[in-house]
Amino acid sequence: MQSKEPMARRQGHFATLARAGLAEVEAVLAEAPAIPPFNVLKRPETGTIMVEGRAGGAGRRFNLGEATMTRCAIRLDDGTLGFSYALGRDTAKAQKAAVLDALLQKEGPDGPLHSAMLRLDERQKQARAQASRKAAATKVEFFTMVRGEG
Amino acid sequence: MYVAVKGGEAAILATHDLVAEARRGDPAIAEIEVAQIREQLGLAVARVMNEGSLYDRDLAALALKQAQGDAIEAAFLIRAFRTTLPRFGSSLPVETSRMAIRRRISAAYKDLPGGQVLGPTYDYTHRLFDFALMEGGNAPEAPQARASLAETMPRVPDILGAEGLMEPETPPEGDPTPFDLTRQPVSFPADRDVRLQAMARSDEGFLLGLGYSVQRGFGGNHPFAGEIRMGEVSVEFVPEELGFPVDLGEITLTECQMVNQFAGSKDVPPQFTRGYGLAFGHSERKAMSMALVDRALKSREFGEAADYPAQQDEFVLYHSDNVEAAGFVEHLKLPHYVDFQGELELIRRIRAEREARLAPEPTPIQEAAE
Repeated sequence: MQSKEPMARRQGHFATLARAGLAEVEAVLAEAPAIPPFNVLKRPETGTIMVEGRAGGAGRRFNLGEATMTRCAIRLDDGTLGFSYALGRDTAKAQKAAVLDALLQKEGPDGPLHSAMLRLDERQKQARAQASRKAAATKVEFFTMVRGEG
Repeated sequence: MYVAVKGGEAAILATHDLVAEARRGDPAIAEIEVAQIREQLGLAVARVMNEGSLYDRDLAALALKQAQGDAIEAAFLIRAFRTTLPRFGSSLPVETSRMAIRRRISAAYKDLPGGQVLGPTYDYTHRLFDFALMEGGNAPEAPQARASLAETMPRVPDILGAEGLMEPETPPEGDPTPFDLTRQPVSFPADRDVRLQAMARSDEGFLLGLGYSVQRGFGGNHPFAGEIRMGEVSVEFVPEELGFPVDLGEITLTECQMVNQFAGSKDVPPQFTRGYGLAFGHSERKAMSMALVDRALKSREFGEAADYPAQQDEFVLYHSDNVEAAGFVEHLKLPHYVDFQGELELIRRIRAEREARLAPEPTPIQEAAE
């Protein structure tokens, strides 16, 4: 069982990699000094996940519909396991993201892969913030018309 | 007796080429790319994802291209493809309260926490043609506010719920795994999880018509749109091998919470009641229609008479799936030569018997002639 902090960090990496494109994952991987040999435990495989909702947002669970997802598992020669899980059908990305998961577990939080992941995460945050500011520009500012003489 | 008829093979193969040519249209016009459909026909893509019951924008765009824009044919393609994929599991229930909001409006409260965010909507357009789109060109850059929206916005029924004025919405004892109609046969009366799953994948037009019927009096609900929100929601999954939740990325969802008139009893004071709709992509009309019909289908729970189609789960659930409906309607195109031959013989025999029965006696005719 991993301690809380590295686990939360790893969860953050999964989230960032799931939202990244193949080129972005490759760019992070390029920061690794070397890619150690690894075995592919589970080849990139595309399947579905049933997305659940809750009635009223908080009530009884129900099946909303499925979504495609792709997963992959690798093992470095030293035994470190790397996984990737992401919506969509990008099998090329899946294997690279799994290798990254393994390498990130071995690297300290100040390493080059971690800083590359931070930069990627920052770009994603900026894109989200930009979308949010565009939505915020459509927010209604109500004002009351004063009619007639006071 | 079945008589095997052969000989259609060459004709059928020729239809494949002919439909491919028809789909392509004038070859002098540039071919449309799947990515263009995905990016520029996003609302059609959302509809195909809902009715195909699979979230994958690229596949839905491909389905639309292959089906020449026929949404039901496209949903059929998606459904067929889905059966070829293994299912890895179920997500954690999506948290729509943590949605990254792009649109959120309430017709019930003017000043609600988080505000009225109109987002990308056609509601305030004049429905006049924009002939500039004939020419193409770049869209204007949308303006940005200085600050982002609030990270979380309360759902409107929860605001009413805090006052005790809203029918509570809590998971049943043990938070059970939902019924899955893609794997288990549906029986009636159907529980709410079955109904919501069926409506999420059902035909938008069918639900719209039923929802409309409810408003017009065939079901007696004319609710408030308590809240409609649209934006991105994370999908989380707990892989067995890890044992902790992993964020798989985001999907776009539209959620509608209808606030309906009261129900109460001897023990429960009158409360507003809920109707709920949730759909893939930006699918507001679908989510609203679903919320109307969801409330109508709860009539039994509230001890209301279920006199109208929208209140009858068997009627709604058995007729709302457009792939099933299209299959049964369109199967009429298949050869029924032998059945029809039987009908022909029958009607000829009935007519012959009728003529024989009605034929006048020869003797009276002679008398009349004289």
